[in-house]
Amino acid sequence: MAEIATPLHRALGLTDEELDAIHDRLGRDPNDLELAMFAVMWSEHCSYKSSRRYLETLPTSGDDVVAGPGENAGVVAIGEGLAVAFKLESHNHPSAVEPYQGAATGVGGILRDIFTMGARPIAILDALKFGDPSQARSRGLVKGVVRGVGGYGNCVGVPTIGGELVFDPSYGDNPLVNVMAVGLLEERHLTRAAAPGPGNHVVLFGSATGRDGIGGASVLASATFDETSAAKRPSVQVGDPFAEKLLIEASLELIARGLVEGLQDLGAAGITCAVSETADRAGTGIRVDLDAVPRREAGMAPFEVMISESQERMCAIVAPRWLDAVLEVCARWGLPAAVIGEVTDHGRIEVVGAGEVLASIPAAALTSDAIAFDRPARPPTKTRAAPAPGAPSEPGEGLPERGMDPGAVLLALLGDANLGSRGWVTTQYDETVGTDTVEAGERAAAVLRIKGSPKGLVAATDAQAAVAAHDPWLGAAMAVSECARNVAITGARPLGVTNCLNFGDPTDPEAFWRFTESVRGLGDACRALGLPVTGGNVSFYNASPSGEILPTAQIGVVGLLEDVEQRVAPAFRRAGDVVVLVGETSPGLAGSAYAALAGTAPDDGPPALDLSREAALLHWLAAAAREGLLASAQDVSGGGLAVALAESSIWSGLGARLQVGVGSTPSVDLFGESPGRVIVSTEPALWERLAGSAAAHGLPIRRIGLVDGERLIIELVGEGATGAAEERGAGVADALDVAVRDLAHAWRSALPRALGEEA
Amino acid sequence: MKVGVVVFPGSNCDRDTLHAARLAGTEAEPLWHETPDVRGVDLVVLPGGFAYGDYLRAGVLARFSPIMAAVRDHAQSGGFVLGICNGFQVLAEAGLVPGALRRNSTLRFEHRWVRLSVERGDSPYTRGLPPGRTLRMPIAHGEGNYYLPEGELDALESRGGVLFRYAPPEGNPNGSARDIAGVCDTGGRVCGLMPHPERASEALLGSDDGMLLLRSLVEGVAIAGRAVAAA
Repeated sequence: MAEIATPLHRALGLTDEELDAIHDRLGRDPNDLELAMFAVMWSEHCSYKSSRRYLETLPTSGDDVVAGPGENAGVVAIGEGLAVAFKLESHNHPSAVEPYQGAATGVGGILRDIFTMGARPIAILDALKFGDPSQARSRGLVKGVVRGVGGYGNCVGVPTIGGELVFDPSYGDNPLVNVMAVGLLEERHLTRAAAPGPGNHVVLFGSATGRDGIGGASVLASATFDETSAAKRPSVQVGDPFAEKLLIEASLELIARGLVEGLQDLGAAGITCAVSETADRAGTGIRVDLDAVPRREAGMAPFEVMISESQERMCAIVAPRWLDAVLEVCARWGLPAAVIGEVTDHGRIEVVGAGEVLASIPAAALTSDAIAFDRPARPPTKTRAAPAPGAPSEPGEGLPERGMDPGAVLLALLGDANLGSRGWVTTQYDETVGTDTVEAGERAAAVLRIKGSPKGLVAATDAQAAVAAHDPWLGAAMAVSECARNVAITGARPLGVTNCLNFGDPTDPEAFWRFTESVRGLGDACRALGLPVTGGNVSFYNASPSGEILPTAQIGVVGLLEDVEQRVAPAFRRAGDVVVLVGETSPGLAGSAYAALAGTAPDDGPPALDLSREAALLHWLAAAAREGLLASAQDVSGGGLAVALAESSIWSGLGARLQVGVGSTPSVDLFGESPGRVIVSTEPALWERLAGSAAAHGLPIRRIGLVDGERLIIELVGEGATGAAEERGAGVADALDVAVRDLAHAWRSALPRALGEEA
Repeated sequence: MKVGVVVFPGSNCDRDTLHAARLAGTEAEPLWHETPDVRGVDLVVLPGGFAYGDYLRAGVLARFSPIMAAVRDHAQSGGFVLGICNGFQVLAEAGLVPGALRRNSTLRFEHRWVRLSVERGDSPYTRGLPPGRTLRMPIAHGEGNYYLPEGELDALESRGGVLFRYAPPEGNPNGSARDIAGVCDTGGRVCGLMPHPERASEALLGSDDGMLLLRSLVEGVAIAGRAVAAA
């Protein structure tokens, strides 16, 4: 019986509808090479075909924004002729298939997006999410990914100074590897990825082109996982950080000397993407001479050369008079370089091989005019009504309040893989190369100095996926708020937001609804906080037969300290300082670490978010820091107030004697994760001024005690105290009372124990 | 007094080292690896990084680099050479200091803040350091586990070849024999150490103990230079 072969377009991942759309744009049928080029460029990862319409609703403008979405990285001016470039990107699917190389090439790719703009990369932050850490598969992925991030970042000489490590069963078969990079440049060196000037040369430099990663990011990131996933291993790219280091130096030299008209790094969809994007941005075309592309393998077919995702390659647009100088720079840095094409004025990407035109496609058809969809979005049907976003909810009967021992709960939370020390990870990352790192590692936000300037840069990354599972709008908005807050507690002014939106299958209306709600939450929060979205990334298809990931809007924020010496740390500074809670605790435990540990009532919801309170907090923190009113500042998030206080104690070795009024229930007041709260400390003599300053910003502020001793003591006062004392029959007041040394031990041993490792 | 910092392909601490050397009050310039000439500097520094990607073994390719012949000549004619981290690995591969740097005993890359005790106060590298003072600075390496056979370790110690050891409370981060963190050759002018003094050269970065070491070194080299000139 004759076999019916799968049509080529379907084998390449294109639908019939997409084939028709291609036909419309070309005015004819595409040939096989053209079809391959369309297939990778119209993949979800490259074209954002499902997400574009929604991303266009995000706020992107700001006075200091120099480059925004659509460029390789967002760039914000910071004064003194300097600017900071930053972006967050995903490499989830390759990391699931090959964790070391997937993570390594994820780092390589995001670094290229930074230095292609003319910025020297100065920091990496990695947000990593895995499944249950007791499972062998998750352990293997964690170890491989961390070694991969470190292996690449350490070798290339960029410090990895922050990030997240989160465990949730939903990530078991779909780990997330989102990497953020930050770079510094002089504004005058800002280089765009455009190909102006017909007659200019297209120079490919860096590693030779091979077959690795054929259809890699484009293929892997555009489908969910199933039994055939292992067969996609050849699609995982292989990284060479040594080559990348040379690429950084050569690229920055080319830019500093003004030798290039445009520069683009090669990532997903390789040469095809680089030439079509640069041509489209400039309104020009590019003719590619296939035979001139330096290769590392023999017998490569034209489509292989055009879509190969071999790493560590850059594409420069070079005016003829600078060609020799460009080639000399590349040769000196030991990088193969070749003229592989020419900029034309006909707006098409033309691929020529052995004297024949093998493909001819309008550049726009591959990029800005790629197909875009209006996917259907439908909220999931629930057996009970979800609480309205932002509405407080009453705690139910099921909370284990009676007999709860808050000290034991705190130790259990600190001992949880999600809240314990990240030291096992961070000691594998070089945090100090570059001699610009001021604060790194365990801090919520990392601080860098700028040589020759008093200023400092601050960077953080956060997500609120557990909350997003209950309410995707709220999860995204809370993530933006938390990330900006984490930057602001150092005293810095947040400058802008980057994001990586990780979701399931966009053709599933419920999964797509979660995406659209998250974009809405991201936009609403950024507008309320006055922060522009400067760029980002979308990763769909994070799903497998075992299920879909938590809706994960990963946020990255960069902030500016006008004087790095005025930075504020989260650790208590001295005994005798007054400890202060700014903001108010509100109910709602759904999505919290405590809920994961102890359970919640079935009708309890996540906490409320007050965006205007968040905005006020950001402004107040910067002002209070500038006036020297803050001895320490710590944000309340995972594990709630008790964990925030415990961290300030652990990191300083100083205990505290505190009183917390029970507003709703002890578990909410101690462990609830309602946003809009920070713990600060100050000298007693400055308390009045601090209180006045908070009031002037409309912020509730309350003294809760003093830094003192070697124990963390939190007395619960008011109605609703646990009753644990009565249960135990002891006559002591209800309190959390744990030695700082014991808190530290629980915190330090949590992650190694969860991973089955020595501390 | 001039410092030259060698730049191999893949060196990534060269700029850090130049910055710290200038802060220590001396002129400093980069020395590109392809040029077999140390340009008359007094102190040659081989900085940290991953020279040639650390492919095959850390430092093994770099030792064949064109500039190493000039570095060897400089050492043999009484010049000063300091190898930091990857630089130490290169010096060991080139046989300019004794020993080998093996994979960390933890079998992972380690980035940690450590403390160094100063074992000799009379070396040009350490003469200016306050006696009994430990120096706090970071390590960042996967292959810093110092090794020599037992007999040779005894010989090294008895001739005063050990300059620095890892000290409590942080202790030995990589399993190095006898907690050795830095050594010098028989002439006392070629030194290798695994920790990064240039990363602890300013209080803002967490410690400026590294600046004590760099300043002591700068002075020690200048004094030794004048002694040679006067002789």
